[in-house]
Amino acid sequence: MVKSGITWRRGVRDGIPIALGYFAVSFALGITAHNAGLSALQATLASFLCNASAGEYAAFTVIAANGAYWEMALMMLVANARYFLMSCALSQCLPADTPLHHRLFVAFDVTDEIFGIAVSAGDRLRPSYLYGAMAVAIPGWAGGTCFGVLMGTLLPNTVVRALSVGLYGMFLAIIIPSARKNRVIAGVVVISMAVSWAAAFLPFLPEGMRIILLTVLISAVAAVLFPVREEKEAAV
Amino acid sequence: MNIWVYLAVMAGTIYAIRALPLVLLRRRIQNRFIRSFLYYVPYVTLAVMTFPAILSATGSVWSAWAALAAGILLAWYGAGLLTVSVSACAVVFVLEMFLC
Repeated sequence: MVKSGITWRRGVRDGIPIALGYFAVSFALGITAHNAGLSALQATLASFLCNASAGEYAAFTVIAANGAYWEMALMMLVANARYFLMSCALSQCLPADTPLHHRLFVAFDVTDEIFGIAVSAGDRLRPSYLYGAMAVAIPGWAGGTCFGVLMGTLLPNTVVRALSVGLYGMFLAIIIPSARKNRVIAGVVVISMAVSWAAAFLPFLPEGMRIILLTVLISAVAAVLFPVREEKEAAV
Repeated sequence: MNIWVYLAVMAGTIYAIRALPLVLLRRRIQNRFIRSFLYYVPYVTLAVMTFPAILSATGSVWSAWAALAAGILLAWYGAGLLTVSVSACAVVFVLEMFLC
């Protein structure tokens, strides 16, 4: 039997903490954009179109350095390659008969956080749920960037720093409940964090590259050692 | 260099990265390894992004560790996205009144 999907209302509700976290992070991003020479309109448009934190940050550094356009394209590929993996995983979560236009719209906002809630929706995931979340998350992200450009220096530092852990809190809220239920996932999470910590000490390994390499490596090893059975996958 | 061209390159590249898999992978993947691989991807990537990045997100490693511990504990005992997220922020805000 096909389970009914979760609604866009639920998407809006789950999108609110995402939008709040986004606002804080993109606020800081707006300050970077301002320093790189972007106007409030340009920075807001960049955030509206890209919806990427590390990716946009990397892009602003290219703009600040007056880099070539191909450098920009290459930087975007490397800094955002994880979205490629997430979209692959997401293509397996959506119902197989999801039409092309929905796939094209969903693709617009495949971010760490939207992907996170999409995964926790499991086989009840529908595009409408994601649209609900996107409807609050995208304005939060773009608006935060705009605010950052316009009044980046006005908000007290203590507030900006406190808000910056909000997104990590969300990540934990997504992975920890699954880790509690499934011992393999718990092991995978602990090992991922430990290896990531060790790898962070390596010089010449930028954060974006580290995330991609470790994701591919650890997921592949886990897939070989602990292949999942059909029923288990339904719980994703 | 023109900022508007930069913006077009940024938006075009990132959209292609996101849209290609969603458009091309229309059916359930049958290969067991790839299915298992994609099953683990979200957990690994979120874990790798959280740690150790969270440690340098705040003004002090100690407030970051406290936020991490609070987040894990609350999530373990079933708190939702918003609760975990706001609590982590609150822990940092309160601790940094003393630490920084």
